[in-house]
Amino acid sequence: MKTLILTLISVSLVNNVVLSQFLGLCPFLGVSKQTKTALSMGGAVIFVITIASAVTHVLYRLLVLLHVEYLETVTFILIIAALVQLVELFLKKYSTALYNALGVYLPLITTNCAVLGVALTNVQNHYNFITSVVAGFGTALGFTISITILAGIRERIADNDIPHVLQGSPIVLITAGLMAIAFIGFSGLI
Amino acid sequence: MKKYLKPLYNGIIKENPTFVLMLGMCPTLAVTTSATNGMGMGLTTMTVLIMSNFVISLLRKIIPSRMRIPAYIVIVASLVTVVQLLLQAYIPSLYDTLGIYIPLIVVNCIILGRAEAFASKNNPLLSIMDGLGMGLGFTLALTSIGLVREILGSGTAFSMTLPISFEPITIFVMAPGAFFILALLTAIQNKLKLPSATNVQNSSLKCGGDCLHCHGSQCQINKSLLKEDHKK
Repeated sequence: MKTLILTLISVSLVNNVVLSQFLGLCPFLGVSKQTKTALSMGGAVIFVITIASAVTHVLYRLLVLLHVEYLETVTFILIIAALVQLVELFLKKYSTALYNALGVYLPLITTNCAVLGVALTNVQNHYNFITSVVAGFGTALGFTISITILAGIRERIADNDIPHVLQGSPIVLITAGLMAIAFIGFSGLI
Repeated sequence: MKKYLKPLYNGIIKENPTFVLMLGMCPTLAVTTSATNGMGMGLTTMTVLIMSNFVISLLRKIIPSRMRIPAYIVIVASLVTVVQLLLQAYIPSLYDTLGIYIPLIVVNCIILGRAEAFASKNNPLLSIMDGLGMGLGFTLALTSIGLVREILGSGTAFSMTLPISFEPITIFVMAPGAFFILALLTAIQNKLKLPSATNVQNSSLKCGGDCLHCHGSQCQINKSLLKEDHKK
């Protein structure tokens, strides 16, 4: 139990997926104009990454069984792409409310490198099934935390008098950089 | 002959994947802690890009258009695995530094983008030249970003000590420094009004205007939008 909690803190705060690993930067910078959409995006990412880490873990066991571990990249990317489609279809049919909230963001996640990144990191670290799922959930939670904070800051600075040169991407990137400095503070936690 | 040199100029200068199209930002930020690392990542990506462009161009009449994206992904993923195994065997030091970012080349926007925009429409030789041009452009960009970060952050260049000595600003080789360097780069592009994916006015660009890590085909949409914007 203790190691699980430590893993959760480590992947969500100390080694934050966006701010220290640079995975999933596109949605992080692209879908962070409003806190509400940022939260929905985060929800979709938590949903997909948690399922994907469970599925890829089982798949990797199968690959080890067949002695074809080198096929991990090929199979993982295909499974993740198929999984996102399935999740989308499933939500559309059985949970309209959830689909309306997350639907638009699901296709965006397919090529989000965070999903593949988490699956590969889990394999590299030799996590067992439970730890893989917790690590996946934690990573996605870290993504949600950072994208929501960024969206909150962007809402605050939207009407500010930003120098012309820094308008648009530069100010968002500087904000992200300052957040990354703040997140370095967590490294003493574990 | 000129026809075959054009993709080179195109990839290195006119449509530089990093500085102009802003593609593949995830490895760009993550591995450019030193010039050598940036160069290693650039060359690895270039190898995959040349091979994937060649294979996809050879198969362009066989792959049905509805199934092309999954087919491209399988081809690119296989090639990345080949390159990953080769690196592990022959250049283990580079393999260790780049780590997880080698398999993540699969989801690099540049590769799928070039497959969709160029290799699926042109002959194999021309596609190889396009891969070479784009790959060189990417390598050049990563090496120069890495060089700037290394000089500011560690006070060295390609692991050699500089003739002038100063207190290095360590933050530039850490994660926040990557964001600051990219912010600086886009600010300069804004200032000089250079053609770039980040300073298109009233952008209707996909992925919120930051074509950072989105799908290959979406990046191509952005490219055509950029072109129109440039004409205006």
